[in-house]
Amino acid sequence: MSAPGVEPVPLPAKRRMAQLVMLGFAVLIVMGAYAAVGLGIDQKIPSGMLTYGLGLGGFVLAAYLVLARFAPWADPLILPLVTLINGLGLVMIYRLEVGAGGKGGASATSQLLWTAVGVVVFAVTLIVLRDHRSLQRLTYTAGAAGLLLLISPLIPFLGQEINGARIWIGIPGVGQLQPAELAKLALIVFFAGYLVAKRDVLALAGRRLLFIDLPRARDLGPILITWGLSLGVLILQKDLGSSLLIFGTFIAMLYIATQRTSWVLIGILLFVGGAVLAASIFDHVAARVDVFLNPEDPKLFERELGGSAQLLEGLFGMSQGGILGTGLGQGYPGLIPLSFSDFIFAAIGEELGLTGLMALLMIYALLVERGLRTALAARDPFSKLLAGGLSFILAWQVFIIVGGVTNLIPLTGLVTPFMSQGGSALLANWILIALLVRMSDAARKPPPQAIQDEGLTQVFQR
Amino acid sequence: MNSTLKRAALACMVMFGLLMLNVNYLQAVRASDLKEDARNRRNFFARYEVERGLITAGNKVLAESKDTGDPEARFKRVYPEGEVYAPVTGFFAPENTSDIERARNDLLDGSSSDLVIRRGIDLFTGKTTRGANVELTINPKAQEAAYKALGASGKKGALVAIDPRTGAILAMVSIPTYDPNLLAPADKAAVNAAYAKLEKDKDQPLVNRAIARTYPPGSTFKVVTMAAYLESDSSLGPQSQVDAPQVLDLPNTTADLPNYGGAACGAGRVTLSFSLERSCNTPFGKIGMDLGYETMKDQAAKFGIGTDLDPLAIPMPVSPSSIGPEEDKAALAQASIGQRSNQMTPLQMAMVAAGIANDGVVMKPYLVKRVTDSEGTEIEGEDPEELDTAMSEESAAKLKEMMVNVVNLGTAGAAKIPGVTVGGKTGTAETAEGRAPHAWFISFAPAEDPKIAVALIVESGSAGNDASGGQTAAPIAKSVMEAVLGK
Repeated sequence: MSAPGVEPVPLPAKRRMAQLVMLGFAVLIVMGAYAAVGLGIDQKIPSGMLTYGLGLGGFVLAAYLVLARFAPWADPLILPLVTLINGLGLVMIYRLEVGAGGKGGASATSQLLWTAVGVVVFAVTLIVLRDHRSLQRLTYTAGAAGLLLLISPLIPFLGQEINGARIWIGIPGVGQLQPAELAKLALIVFFAGYLVAKRDVLALAGRRLLFIDLPRARDLGPILITWGLSLGVLILQKDLGSSLLIFGTFIAMLYIATQRTSWVLIGILLFVGGAVLAASIFDHVAARVDVFLNPEDPKLFERELGGSAQLLEGLFGMSQGGILGTGLGQGYPGLIPLSFSDFIFAAIGEELGLTGLMALLMIYALLVERGLRTALAARDPFSKLLAGGLSFILAWQVFIIVGGVTNLIPLTGLVTPFMSQGGSALLANWILIALLVRMSDAARKPPPQAIQDEGLTQVFQR
Repeated sequence: MNSTLKRAALACMVMFGLLMLNVNYLQAVRASDLKEDARNRRNFFARYEVERGLITAGNKVLAESKDTGDPEARFKRVYPEGEVYAPVTGFFAPENTSDIERARNDLLDGSSSDLVIRRGIDLFTGKTTRGANVELTINPKAQEAAYKALGASGKKGALVAIDPRTGAILAMVSIPTYDPNLLAPADKAAVNAAYAKLEKDKDQPLVNRAIARTYPPGSTFKVVTMAAYLESDSSLGPQSQVDAPQVLDLPNTTADLPNYGGAACGAGRVTLSFSLERSCNTPFGKIGMDLGYETMKDQAAKFGIGTDLDPLAIPMPVSPSSIGPEEDKAALAQASIGQRSNQMTPLQMAMVAAGIANDGVVMKPYLVKRVTDSEGTEIEGEDPEELDTAMSEESAAKLKEMMVNVVNLGTAGAAKIPGVTVGGKTGTAETAEGRAPHAWFISFAPAEDPKIAVALIVESGSAGNDASGGQTAAPIAKSVMEAVLGK
């Protein structure tokens, strides 16, 4: 027998240069889109193009430098992808602010400012959080913080009701914040820490009924509590989107942690039960379903509250865009209510067409894929679950809002990650990306070299 | 945990897959329905986004688009000549169009496939595509003379003038008319109110009487009966004798067909020319009965009447004319003098006059002379087309001679133009009991080398007989012919 060759384990390359080039490319695309907006609206390159482009370029360069210094092994694709999505969102908001048929409410300057804040928070997270596993020690703190954030809009004087949903808190001098966006991060940290601790008992105990392994009744506690929590959000804050987002992510993480299909089935049953209950009790939930089924019904279109006008305007916009879109600055996305926030996807569909939407979905899918890859490569269960949960919530959020806007599922309000105008969401999602980058760095970093040469033995950790 | 993570990844992939499929379905398949939804205001804005092409006639601009700078309704349609040309140009309203604006919409707004090369060039040179310009065959002098003369009668009516050699429509007037500028603003509510008001008007100003309404042609139809008779026997001529009884007995009825007012028309037997000059009813009733329904129908069809298989479009659709269904001999006798269910559009009668003037060859009438793209390249040119040969050159010459006699010796003296040989035929169409009959007149000039054929109707414009109708209608035709002939 010949001794096996001493082949070096293929290690991930840092590929920092490739990342820099891709970042530059993303910024170029965004600047091109700015130029297209100006040309589309008044045949001139907008004077703000350089300000916006260089502003965005400067921010991401700073983010890149921090990343290169503090997380050098991180996945090279994540930051360029986020830059591109965030930049296109900025362009669309800019277009809605200045363009013909534009709508009041869109503010590119404020969104650029929040992007800057987001990048700063990204950098701070990377610098401060040298080892994400320290988060595991904060499991219950995170849980409490998440809960507090989630219910904070219900606190008198602090909470504010806007557009029929009580999901905002007003902070003097800063404006309104949507704490649910930050709450989702804290809750995922909590879920990950809690499930890693309890996964053995949740996975193994129970009995078999037909072909399904059922958990013990007392282990149903966590899922029932989360269910109650999301129902509470739904009932008290009238926020269908966040409720669905949190519950769905919890079920997914429960499944990832325990490998038990029965959790998914129980989750779906609870969800369906909750949904039917909610639809029969609350008019606004039933109305959403009616609108989803018959968006073109004239009666629903005319209805003042909870009618189909908003959805249908978005569908009109996207159908006008067709395959290639009207071109930036040349459509009427201003006709779509909330085109700068919940319906930004429809606005992009109108001006960039099917081609643009497919590309955008592809970018999101790639981002999620890089996140899940990080989870697969991570070396400890907490990291796997945290990275998996964060990636899943990103995909799930895109699915809920884009599916709603495109009439695939009933519409529930949620922000489109990195695109919709809104500071809190931008902030939360940049933190999410910082966590993924941190974990990706940890996962891809070569394991510390053994002090002694232990011969042919290679240690793998998975 | 990797196996479940991989399944979660698969679930994410499925979610993105569903989103992508759904977006494809939405923007590629469902889009066409949603785009046309009346509630989609983009259609409304899009109408005012393109600079529509000009509609011109001669050196006059009939319709143009003016840049208002308003971002939501940038180009406003303006009709400098207003009501005079309204039956030709039509209108361009937020939710509706008519006449040329409708029939040539895809060229005017630049979306026609004929303009694909222009759009391609514009795409590369970065120019905004403008619509194509449509030049009409209308002769502004004739149109304005017709509008003035017909308007002066104070009655409702319509007039069509055709160049017999080509079929080019030189004038098309319908009175009362409307101002298309009232329907042009990019304001649905205001335009819909203005439109509703016009639509409710009992005088129906929105109806283009020249092509969209049919009337009994009365005695003008006798030229068609005469054409059929001349074609049936080449030995017949203006001086051939026919029976002209005071009253024609209609078989199988108690009714009979008198001449106007029951008067005698000649002395029992008259020449063909005389019967046309005086517009005797009885000879034509008899000729129609003798020839039979099929012969009459075939002759009419050769002039373009009743060919509903291929509706005429000039390019706007023309209501079909018809001599009526086959009934009994009595009905045929009445149809042969332009009564009963015989229904003609003024355009159709102009085609009859033009066909006779053009040696029996009926040309297809048309309104569009040339279409050029925004840079002046020709997209569509003038291409006169023969519709049919209504009669032989010899028969046409005989009929022309008789129609000249109608002007020189008969009921249409008012159409005489010094130095020009004019041919014509008056008509009086009985309508409802108690209402004054319509006055018709068809004519052409100069007889030797016809350059214009005119047909017109003045609703309730006759005091009863052809002579009085001729007094009302013939001078209108005369002024239009003079305008074209430069007299």
